Amino acid sequence: MSVIEGKELRIIGFLCNWCSYAGADTAGVGRFAQPTDLRIIKLPCTGRINPLFVVRAFMNGADGVLVSGCHPRDCHYSEGNFYARRRLEVLKALLPVLGIDPGRFEYTWVSASEGQRWRTVVTSFTEQIHALGPMPTFAAGTCLDACLHQAF
Amino acid sequence: MASPIEELKTAIRQALPDLDMVIAWTAGPDSLSHTPLFITDAADIERIEWDSRCSQNLAGYLTSLRGKKVGIVAKGCDARTIVELLQEKLIDREDVTIFGLHCQGAVDARKVRTELKVGRGVQGVTIDGGAASFAVNGETQTARLGQVLQEKCFRCTGADAEVCDHFIGEHGQPPQVDDAPVSTLDMLEAMGMEDRLHFWEDQMTKCIRCYACRSACPLCVCQDHCAAQSRDPHWVDQTDHPREKLMFQALHALHTAGRCTECGECERACPMDLPIMTLKQALNRQIKDIFDYQAGTDPDKTPPLFQFREEEEHIKERKW
Repeated sequence: MSVIEGKELRIIGFLCNWCSYAGADTAGVGRFAQPTDLRIIKLPCTGRINPLFVVRAFMNGADGVLVSGCHPRDCHYSEGNFYARRRLEVLKALLPVLGIDPGRFEYTWVSASEGQRWRTVVTSFTEQIHALGPMPTFAAGTCLDACLHQAF
Repeated sequence: MASPIEELKTAIRQALPDLDMVIAWTAGPDSLSHTPLFITDAADIERIEWDSRCSQNLAGYLTSLRGKKVGIVAKGCDARTIVELLQEKLIDREDVTIFGLHCQGAVDARKVRTELKVGRGVQGVTIDGGAASFAVNGETQTARLGQVLQEKCFRCTGADAEVCDHFIGEHGQPPQVDDAPVSTLDMLEAMGMEDRLHFWEDQMTKCIRCYACRSACPLCVCQDHCAAQSRDPHWVDQTDHPREKLMFQALHALHTAGRCTECGECERACPMDLPIMTLKQALNRQIKDIFDYQAGTDPDKTPPLFQFREEEEHIKERKW
């Protein structure tokens, strides 16, 4: 995943197909200027999100992860986002114990018509991640790591 | 009045004719930790042992014995695991006979070896007040509970098996430990984020990926379908890197979120002595705060991640 060195960070956005992805589209159609650090992964529903998606994203070098879906009671599948809310709240307790700043992960709700709100969310979340800077990495890596880099 | 162990043997002797098997503890090759005993023959009842060396949570065997009539001896934390298995419908209440006990705390064999330099020949352990006495070769060695108990016992939420068919002995309180060492979770919380990451890097570098934590966990019930072995999706790769090992620990913690009863088997089984229950404790604390729920306390309750409320009382969503 290439980033513009010194300007961009790696931010992953997991968006539901029905609301937030369409909301991001609305923001694009409305030509709202937005930061470009966010990479979007479209999912059928926030209920599809395994909290491990977020952990795996951080382990693979993401600097921030944003989850966005339909507002509660507006879920296309009625209850996916209710389950997601519980799971993601629990995840919030795990990240700081692992050493991942809790500010690097947020979840929110943006509907298909809320292009303006989507811009606000992306802008403030990107600012928040830039304030935290790049995600700290493991100090040295292992010996094997060094060998692998030489071999490939 | 008979001692708890005699009372336990009598109760098992009475119940055994109606059961296929009773699982209890007996003396094993290691004099500091008792080993499971699977009783089908009444003659084996005499071999039962019960004291603070009975660490292993026997509830881990119940899922694989489903369909049989099984009796099981349980401490407070073991009984909570059984309740959790009942809640998840992984075992059937009518098939399980629980012999509940009051636990005075379980000794950590590793700590005893380092603190007391005692390895072999421990004949008995008694816990009285804030101290544990070990009978070794005719002598008695004493240690403070904070030095020799397992870490889980310092945060014990109930030493008695609350849900059981036969309660053996007398009810009591969890061990009173006034010199408990600082828990890893508290220690981590006093550290900065980057230091925490490096703490786990150091710990995970020691991990040999034996997956004993998973094998010992009574709630790891996926068996051949563990996500750690899956290639599609490829959750964890086989590289010898602390990141992948930490990923597995995160996976284990999240798969037991809202289910883990903190029986401590993951840490006890770990040959590298890694503080891996810390992650599960952090999740449990959050679950207690936002859902007011503790795993394994009520067989009729639904675990919090198996349900939801439209209005969550304690969840404060971010306003942008």
